[in-house]
Amino acid sequence: MIKSVLPWPLAGILLAVAFLAAIAFVKPIGVSTQFVIFDGIIWDLIQPDTIVIDETAKTGFASPNAYLNKSGGKYAHSIANPVNYSFIFVISMIVGAFLSVLLKGDKPHNSLEKAMPPVWSDNFGQSTKKRYIWSFIAGFIVLFGARLAGGCTSGHMMSGIMQTALSGYLFAASAFATAIPLALILYKNK
Amino acid sequence: MELILSIILGIVFGFALNRAGATNPQNIINMLRLQDLHLMKAILFAIGLSSALLFILLAINYIDPAHISVKTAYIGVIVGGLLLGIGFAIAGYCPGTGLASIATGRKDALFFTLGGLLGALAFTLLYGWLKETTPLFNEIAGGSVSLANTQNEKYAHLIDMNPTLIGVGIGIAFMAIATLLPKSIVKN
Repeated sequence: MIKSVLPWPLAGILLAVAFLAAIAFVKPIGVSTQFVIFDGIIWDLIQPDTIVIDETAKTGFASPNAYLNKSGGKYAHSIANPVNYSFIFVISMIVGAFLSVLLKGDKPHNSLEKAMPPVWSDNFGQSTKKRYIWSFIAGFIVLFGARLAGGCTSGHMMSGIMQTALSGYLFAASAFATAIPLALILYKNK
Repeated sequence: MELILSIILGIVFGFALNRAGATNPQNIINMLRLQDLHLMKAILFAIGLSSALLFILLAINYIDPAHISVKTAYIGVIVGGLLLGIGFAIAGYCPGTGLASIATGRKDALFFTLGGLLGALAFTLLYGWLKETTPLFNEIAGGSVSLANTQNEKYAHLIDMNPTLIGVGIGIAFMAIATLLPKSIVKN
């Protein structure tokens, strides 16, 4: 029987298999770009000229938005074709976590834990509203930061460092430089 | 074929994140406040093992160097990393684990993801202006560079030594740190 949370060497091996297999078969794992792709799909639904066909662009697609248009319309192309490797990968990742839970994986034990981890309620009380607002703000900061950095924990830290990318080391050092001191300050109780 | 691979690899990754305990913000926050380094040990071990195997497989031509993708190093990587760390500590989620955690029944992860979609949109809208008016996108040390030669001609490397030796050496160092790191630094 597999444990809900594996001992660290086994967890490490399982994660290594995922990251190595991704590069061996297709390309390095990355997640945060797909937030832009999802935004772009919604944006293009509301405002259909957000993504346009452009024969002169490298990918055949362009956008009046500089970010979606960059690298020859790379993001514009993915938004116009949501059934692409990276987008399906991220959706499958959510399915994978769900399947793990079905097979007795790690999940919140009670209704309070569904809203916040115990370390949060021990330090900031049991208000779900407060936790949700701060989670929303944190999500905003994390994805703004990830897009500014050009990647997140999976793309820069894991995939980057395993390829010995300089950017991966810079990103990891920067992320922990704020995350560790802030966590030590925020969560003093228990 | 690529789509079938994306489904299989995505499921494996999501499964691994859950089984490593990374979809539980309690574990992330306890790692960041140095009370429970279980997850840190798993991550360091994963990076070390995959790095060593990657460079061995590249050397014996089992992995196509075209699959390598070295991201560019620029000022924004540092500033963005510093920002990401702030939200990471507040929520206990990063972009991937936030999404995966929704599937485990966590509602705060859903709010984190909604905030993330807005943050990504804000960056999308601001990118053109940031690029024109700030030095955030100035490259560092040549930009898309790795320490070891990845055999992909698109990317330069900083250390001119046998890449297998560097990759395996760094890999072993990461695995050694993972093993030697105590389970906890700050006690309750």
